[in-house]
Amino acid sequence: MSGSLHAALLVAVMAGVTILLRFLPFLIFREGRKIPAYVSYLGNVLPQAIIGMLVIYCLKDTALTQSPYGLPELLAGSAVAGLQIWRRNSLISILSGTVIYMVLIRLL
Amino acid sequence: MDKEQKAPARDAGGRGVVKQAFVTSIPVMAGYVVLGIGFGILLHDAGYGVAWSFAMALLIYAGSMQYVGVSLLAGGASVITAILTTFMVNARHLFYSISMIERYQRSGKYKPYLIFALTDETYSLLCDGKTPEGADPDKYRFLVSLFDQCYWVAGCVLGSILGAALPFSTAGIEFSMTALFIASFTQQWLTSHEHTPAVVGLVGSLACLLLFGPDRFLIPAMLVITASLTALRPRLAGKGADR
Repeated sequence: MSGSLHAALLVAVMAGVTILLRFLPFLIFREGRKIPAYVSYLGNVLPQAIIGMLVIYCLKDTALTQSPYGLPELLAGSAVAGLQIWRRNSLISILSGTVIYMVLIRLL
Repeated sequence: MDKEQKAPARDAGGRGVVKQAFVTSIPVMAGYVVLGIGFGILLHDAGYGVAWSFAMALLIYAGSMQYVGVSLLAGGASVITAILTTFMVNARHLFYSISMIERYQRSGKYKPYLIFALTDETYSLLCDGKTPEGADPDKYRFLVSLFDQCYWVAGCVLGSILGAALPFSTAGIEFSMTALFIASFTQQWLTSHEHTPAVVGLVGSLACLLLFGPDRFLIPAMLVITASLTALRPRLAGKGADR
């Protein structure tokens, strides 16, 4: 029971922080106050870096030292990137990559 | 630059604006339903049923964060980790809101929901400031935002139901989260001239993963990334890191 209590707390925290982030600018920059240069700089560069971090986060438990040596992740991940470069349609890239991965972990 | 259209005095009948908002929201429908289903299945496989899926879609309503949230829940993450991770993953929403301040500041009764529901996709539909002629712009934006969240909630709930009902193993479905981030990483790489931030994110995280291990690298990685980007500011600022 304490497990789902903690889970509920985590959901509340994720919701609260997300709501705070969306509302904060409306509270701070009310009357056309100037946005600090450092903040808008981070707004430019942070999203790309965080997406990179999330890619690593998703692959953090990949076992490279035992069969199949991360091969499904490598192949399916390359397929996603390749499809995105080719078709530039995220939905196609994500769906195809996931199917390829699901097939690979059953074959390799 | 901002060609916001003035709302004419007459209000296009309630029906008209609903239809126009629905048509605008259609491109988001497929994406939200499919990604929502992926999330629902993932959450089910992590041991959390349809009520959790519904609550998260309703209250958090942020796609990437909900995917990350599944692994935070599954791993029994600490509250501090959840706060910092949500802050970093969703920090970009600060900037969506900043760019909508003038537009939403006087949206009256619609304002709280418009701000709450400002996801990546809804932002992409509304950021050009265009609203149909004859429609109340605030009501139109409210309805587009609402339709988008309906698709998302429907997808997430459907995914939970499918996760419980599918007769075959969904092992490997968790890769949809990896695929989501690889696709957006690739897309950002293609549309950006300055790749240093992306490289900082990858290399900084990888270094922290090797140093701290898979269960403890997230917070150090966020600190290293923020510190590195701050140190690189003289080099990167104003070089058009945006598209």
